Amino acid sequence: MSRLQKLFNNKQNLLSIYLTAGYPQRNAMLELIPLLAKNGVDFIEAGMPYSDPLADGKTIQHSSSIALKNGMNLELYFKQIKQVRYKTDIPILFMGYFNQVLKYGIESFLQQCSDSGIEALIIPDLTPEIYQKYYQKIFKKYDLGLSFLITPTTSDERIALIDSLTTAFIYVVSISGTTGKTDDFSAKQIAYFKRIKKLTTRNPKMIGFGIDTASKYRIVNTYADGAIIGSAFIKAISDNDYKQKAVDFVRKIKS
Amino acid sequence: MKYTTDKLGFYGNYGGSFIPELLHRNVAELQKNYLKIIETKDFQTEFQNLLRDYVGRPSPLYPAKRLSQKYGAKIYLKREDLNHTGAHKINNTIGQILLAKRMGKTRIIAETGAGQHGVATATVAALTGLQCVIYMGEKDMARQTPNVARMRMLGAEVRPATSGSKTLKDATNEAIRDWINNPDDTFYIIGSVVGPHPYPDMVARFQSVISEEMQMQLAAQTGREYPDKIIACIGGGSNAAGAYYYFLDNEKVELISVEAGGLGIDSGHSAATGVLGSNGVIHGSMTLLMQDKDGQIVEPYSISAGLDYPGIGPLHAHLIKTGRTRLVTATDQQALAAGLQLTRLEGIIPALESAHALAALDMLNFKPDEIVVVNLSGRGDKDMDTYLNNLSL
Repeated sequence: MSRLQKLFNNKQNLLSIYLTAGYPQRNAMLELIPLLAKNGVDFIEAGMPYSDPLADGKTIQHSSSIALKNGMNLELYFKQIKQVRYKTDIPILFMGYFNQVLKYGIESFLQQCSDSGIEALIIPDLTPEIYQKYYQKIFKKYDLGLSFLITPTTSDERIALIDSLTTAFIYVVSISGTTGKTDDFSAKQIAYFKRIKKLTTRNPKMIGFGIDTASKYRIVNTYADGAIIGSAFIKAISDNDYKQKAVDFVRKIKS
Repeated sequence: MKYTTDKLGFYGNYGGSFIPELLHRNVAELQKNYLKIIETKDFQTEFQNLLRDYVGRPSPLYPAKRLSQKYGAKIYLKREDLNHTGAHKINNTIGQILLAKRMGKTRIIAETGAGQHGVATATVAALTGLQCVIYMGEKDMARQTPNVARMRMLGAEVRPATSGSKTLKDATNEAIRDWINNPDDTFYIIGSVVGPHPYPDMVARFQSVISEEMQMQLAAQTGREYPDKIIACIGGGSNAAGAYYYFLDNEKVELISVEAGGLGIDSGHSAATGVLGSNGVIHGSMTLLMQDKDGQIVEPYSISAGLDYPGIGPLHAHLIKTGRTRLVTATDQQALAAGLQLTRLEGIIPALESAHALAALDMLNFKPDEIVVVNLSGRGDKDMDTYLNNLSL
């Protein structure tokens, strides 16, 4: 059983933090991941910055562009993940766009993930149908989890398909929108969370996108196995004092 | 037809739909409905009437005598530059906005590079009374100011794309994000044969009127309904897709695709995706793509804003890889010279995009009496500043 599966079996109200590798500084991830682990974060989505992040709002577009300017690339990314693995055993997921995986060579990429101690992947623009027809066979050769996204406009029938392909957790996108929205939850969103909670799925569910406060974190935990926070965290760690800011942020969310 | 898409939207290895789940419902809705709606009599009647009475179709197929004399072939120009708004782009925007209306959408978004697709979209939005937002790279807004003014006069809001290279690629990213954020009322009118399935196929169908007319015009003027060669420029590739469409299965017709060589293929400053690109995903489809070893998309360069794109339509990637089309590149300087030459020989100032297609005439050998059609995709009014700044006139 993977560390991630153990976590889902044994714990509730999980907190997952997304960070952009190479942001705000080239080597920030090396210190941030162990620090977040020590402060009660349950697992990490280590985002490989991409030149054209379609599903992301301004905050992650910005952190991605800074990270690329800081010299983050896949070779360095995997090297840093390996180094982090000596310091903490917190589950780490790769988050990036499909073109990055494709260009590297899918098999080599998955092998690298495996060798670096990555537990699972989130690739938002890899569509379930195309995955099923062209890539599932290759992914199955590796002992890695894969998460797919569902949104407020995903039908129950489609959620069933996505659940059948998912091998990590279902990423429940809280809104019909890009990352980093800061509005309060609407009645429509709450109704959606309730619908999702009722659905019996094989995989655990994590809610993400637009979660930026302790109160929103508490709310989503009543409907799912945990919450994923990205943009709000990235915003909080924008300066030189990013380590302290990261700790403060997690404390505030968990308060 | 050999060169159509399969169920998931692939032309051979290229195409498909690589989109975040956030776009799934909208794209699936379009996939399910586009053919059903386009093939109705009601749609076709309105579409054909507008192409005739509003766009001014059929566009002439003009036998360019002096150009023919120079190259020793029978050269015809397909005059898409004479369309309303000055380019082929409007064939597609009329089709898509009629589709949008029938799908009950009330808000139109689009991306634009040179501004021709933006103007064509703002035009049909005005025509139908729909709200319209155009995304345009900040850099392109500066180099295509007349088109920005036209879009605003037509009532569209022009939003600058300020990320990345601030050109067409980034404008497209912003338009896609807008669509993600407005999933209910918005229709995204893509301007080229790019994007997730069904866009490449849908846009090619709307542009296919170009080759449909060519067949009839060639038959009337030459007694044969197909040419020996068709030459078209390719950025995303919509004018080429339209010009090739009905000739794709006729192997007697040589298809010559001209890409923007910028400062030269090896200069690191070009937009010659077919030559320099490798398999990758951009804007929702698998195609050829200019990228680095990590799959980061490389900023392209061309003097022509309409060709300044790091990808290429998946149909074209397929045509290139199967050898159905021959690729040629024209540099900035070659395109400028070809534009000036057409102006002086025939009295037609071509768009810089189309000038790239014309530049290929210098690179090809012709048999006497060979019938060659150059798709003159747009007129050069928008490029006057660039021509004047680069030619000693």
